[in-house]
Amino acid sequence: MSAPASETAQSMDTFLKGLWRQNPVFIFLLGMCPVLAVTNTVINSLAMGVATTFVLFMSTFIVSCIRKIVPKEVRIPTFIVIIATFVTMVEYVIQAVSLELYDNLGAFIALIVVNCLIMGRAEAFASKNSLGRTMLDALGMGVGFTFALLCLGVVREILGSGTFMGIDLFGEHFQPWAIMVLPPGAFLVLAGWLIVFAWWAERQQRRKLAAEEEAVT
Amino acid sequence: MNPDPLGFIFLDAAIINNFVLAAFLGICPFLGVSAKLKTAVPMGFAVIFVMTVAAVCTYAVNQLLVYLDVPYLRIIAYIAVIASTVQLVEMVIKRFSETLFRALGIFLPLITTNCAIMGMALFATAREYGFMQTVVYGLGAGVGFMLALVLMAGLREQLELSDVPSIARGAALTLLIAGILSMAFMGFAGLGS
Amino acid sequence: MNDTAPQPPAGGENPFLKSVHMMATLGGVALAAGVLMVTVYESTAPRIAANRAERLRQAIFEVLPGAEDRVAFAPANEGIERVPEEDEQNAPYFAGYDEDGNLIGVAVRGSAQGYQDMIRALFGYDPVEERIIRFNVLENQETPGLGDRIAWDSNFLESIEGLDVSLEPSEETLRNPVTHVQEGAPREDWQIDGISGATISVEAVVAVINRSMEQHARRLKNSLDTLEEAAP
Repeated sequence: MSAPASETAQSMDTFLKGLWRQNPVFIFLLGMCPVLAVTNTVINSLAMGVATTFVLFMSTFIVSCIRKIVPKEVRIPTFIVIIATFVTMVEYVIQAVSLELYDNLGAFIALIVVNCLIMGRAEAFASKNSLGRTMLDALGMGVGFTFALLCLGVVREILGSGTFMGIDLFGEHFQPWAIMVLPPGAFLVLAGWLIVFAWWAERQQRRKLAAEEEAVT
Repeated sequence: MNPDPLGFIFLDAAIINNFVLAAFLGICPFLGVSAKLKTAVPMGFAVIFVMTVAAVCTYAVNQLLVYLDVPYLRIIAYIAVIASTVQLVEMVIKRFSETLFRALGIFLPLITTNCAIMGMALFATAREYGFMQTVVYGLGAGVGFMLALVLMAGLREQLELSDVPSIARGAALTLLIAGILSMAFMGFAGLGS
Repeated sequence: MNDTAPQPPAGGENPFLKSVHMMATLGGVALAAGVLMVTVYESTAPRIAANRAERLRQAIFEVLPGAEDRVAFAPANEGIERVPEEDEQNAPYFAGYDEDGNLIGVAVRGSAQGYQDMIRALFGYDPVEERIIRFNVLENQETPGLGDRIAWDSNFLESIEGLDVSLEPSEETLRNPVTHVQEGAPREDWQIDGISGATISVEAVVAVINRSMEQHARRLKNSLDTLEEAAP
């Protein structure tokens, strides 16, 4: 623990676990509402991911800073106030940057405030850990969340509109698979990704077993 | 003021733009509490109840915010009001009916973090609904949530005995069913015109 | 939880000091939050207002080709009155003028229930010729590839350009209420092209035109002087 090498490894792990092993979307199924609702295009997915990461990072940063002075009786209300403040800020900044983006994301920007991912990280990690570790954890989780949003956004936009970030991919004879950009598409694509990951994990497991058996014989 | 008739608002929230299957609100409890009909039904009733009460409260708060001209406090005010509404409902139910409390009690804390309530409040504000319209919208949203939850629970109970490939078990299967249900609900579009 | 322990004001076992500490924390956080929110709100407000004005300007000039300037109007008594520029976001009509100050037409807002949700539109109306200049869907949630063709299908949108919306002599209703024909079928001056597979969306567009014209056409037609005088 005290050796510097293992400390670096540990910080790396704090960051990396959010990307894959503890991915908030694919593993814990947290914050599903925006994952399903705004992933009809890549741009929307990216904007939502960045906005959520910003709120997550800033809120957990503040929570970690003040974790020693907040009495535990008022911890949850304090966290809610902090999160809501950053969400409000993001809402106005997005409107100032682009009204079109704001309209596309709709109420889901305001709904970041009830994203259980943020409250979960603030309560379970930031309120108990040092500033450095909290920042790494928040960044990892945020990037993992954005990655998951992009996984859905890319598939849905390419299949549903035949474009990638608004750039036409297939020419005018492409018949878009419209259901993909409609609500059912969100459920189906997420289910598809979960099945792909489960299949991959199972295959890894089988290979490992096979390798072990071989080693024994 | 929005000119939509009350009946249409109800149908819109409950069926045409079903809160869960078309607007993606309240997905977490939808995935979490839809395994058994026995829990899905009381959860549904609890949501309908809280939705309606929260609709009244957030309407009042919004009037106050508009009067004071502080739109930037909306998010924070709504979440505070919703959280306290749920607490209040919990206390009132506990005081008046022990049976009801035992049936709904465990679901109430879950509802606080349910984005469906917050979403309902924000949508009603964005559409500039009047008082009765907001109440009916909240009621419709709750009914729509319960409808989706109960349908899903019924399907999942049936599926318990079927032979599903191991990689598709759990959340993936629930999401696939939700996708098919969502397609079925798309058939209700156009009901309003 | 050892979180609260190291802090002296927590007051150990004293319940009074403890609640003071709780209130001070909540109050402090709320105060800081309030200051932050007001700062961000105040600093972004001008940008947001400018964005909104720009979007509105583009939407108006889109349906009134050739327009260089616009003035917002709202109904008043039998006629119309000018709306000051800072309140124009919610105005129902906008008169558009070319660079010489000649009236090109009036952009009118309208909405109707579509297949999935409300359809909001802005269209140019020529009160002299009593025709539609151009039609533009601002917001729609129609099915991609079917209903949403009302927003981008050029054949459909072109069939609305020059549409006859003249009032009958009593000025109560349209002489020929707008209707739609089957996609590609021959049509009269007051009919628009249909879109197969999206009848409800097309009917919503028809409803937008008929309803707003019945409501506003007489007023606008009889206020030509006001409209022309307001030229910037």
